[in-house]
Amino acid sequence: MKTINRMLLATLLLISAVAQADGPWSPEPQRQAELIHLLRQDCGACHGMRLLGGLGPALTPQSLNAKPREFLVTTILEGRAGTPMPPWKPFLTRDEATWLATRLKQGIPE
Amino acid sequence: MKRLLLAVFLLFSTLSVSAQCLLRGTGDMGVIIERASGSVQVVDTTLKKALFHITGLGDLSHASVVYSRDERYAYIFGRDGGLSKIDLLCGTVAKRIVQGGNSIGGAISQDGKLIAVSNYVPGGVKVFSSADLSLVVDVESTPVNDERRSKTVGLVDAPGQHFVFSLYDTGEIWVLGLKGGKPELQKFKNIGKQPYDGLITPDGRYYIAGLFGEDGMAMLDLWHTEKGVTRIMDHYGKGEQKLPVYKMPHLEGWAMAGDTAFLPAVGHHEVLVVDRNGWNEKGRIQVHGQPVFVMARPDGRQIWVNFAFPDNDTVQVIDVETMQIVKTLTLGSGVLHMEFTPRGEEVWISVRDKDKVVVFDTDTLEQTAELPATKPSGIFFTARAHKIGL
Repeated sequence: MKTINRMLLATLLLISAVAQADGPWSPEPQRQAELIHLLRQDCGACHGMRLLGGLGPALTPQSLNAKPREFLVTTILEGRAGTPMPPWKPFLTRDEATWLATRLKQGIPE
Repeated sequence: MKRLLLAVFLLFSTLSVSAQCLLRGTGDMGVIIERASGSVQVVDTTLKKALFHITGLGDLSHASVVYSRDERYAYIFGRDGGLSKIDLLCGTVAKRIVQGGNSIGGAISQDGKLIAVSNYVPGGVKVFSSADLSLVVDVESTPVNDERRSKTVGLVDAPGQHFVFSLYDTGEIWVLGLKGGKPELQKFKNIGKQPYDGLITPDGRYYIAGLFGEDGMAMLDLWHTEKGVTRIMDHYGKGEQKLPVYKMPHLEGWAMAGDTAFLPAVGHHEVLVVDRNGWNEKGRIQVHGQPVFVMARPDGRQIWVNFAFPDNDTVQVIDVETMQIVKTLTLGSGVLHMEFTPRGEEVWISVRDKDKVVVFDTDTLEQTAELPATKPSGIFFTARAHKIGL
């Protein structure tokens, strides 16, 4: 368990280090963990826990490559009409959605 | 000589009854999926304890299970296209294949000899021998464009050695017949937009697909397929503002109690009450959130409901006679599934974020046991082996 905690901490530190290096803003580590949990467990209901797709498309860097980050941010916050994608803005801020979209385009470690 | 014989006998008896395998019936056993770790627990529902922990089963998010008719083997359908045959008595993987890229559930045929798997990628249904998981038939779904075919959803078994499923992207219901040597495929087109799941009534007669893209549901009478697909519950959802849907409801295990059916509303905090004779809506029950599973206790006297994010910490119990909510349980976030014991005296509920499965007495509505499990999702008991559509 200790090892897992340490690995988790290391991962979080790594994520936040990357975030600080290339973005103007990133959430606190605790909130980052919550957002990743939301992504895998709840977005994962349609996109797959490993983000490889399901009823919704895959959210891998490869599949998101052609889509601008702003498009992803808007999709996360507002949803997409005509598809089952709902708006997630009740649960995260624009800054948080931007952080998440950036992470998704880079690829999120398992 | 006698001694030698005895020694040989002892050696053989040790070999044939492996230390790991149990000598018992499996009717009070089941499987709990541990979605994040690719593992399952084999459980005893009488003793309420785990017997085996089996790992290495791949991505088990949204995994489901069907059972062989002798209730010895569980077939586990993984998200990553994995199909694993588990031996419940030995706690081992009897056979495992990766049959597709991205899959969503399966079914076992009426005679127990065939296993069908529904695939998102590549779209279609593959049918395997339940004995050795060798491929029997590969049914490719309708192409959506040059790159991919329609996702298949809502796969169930039906009497007469049939499998029935829906095509999400192209709005179709297909009936695959496997009686005799040659597979026969019946296609029903334009059944409605975005069928997201399907169910078959417990008598095996009606297949019903839920539609995400429009109001109502698509129904096929399997006794009279010549009549085609008809629309039921057409008024359901019409002219009303839907809430955003954060998790698609499940239709499997659709609750039937006498002439009444209960089903999850899509985008509403409601359970719909439907008259099974005319398939008309006859009421709505206001509930805590958007329902995901709406399940009847086997005697049909209670309905248990769990909910989509962000209300997935709650379970509500509806009394069928009065249509009133008699209990609201707050169990912790990520209540993902519920399974009744065969005659319904208890219900097992998985609570993902608490890493446990809780057991409730359905009469007193009090908790009677708790089992540790890592991020548990689906719970499947062997009694499913003998139910059409499960």
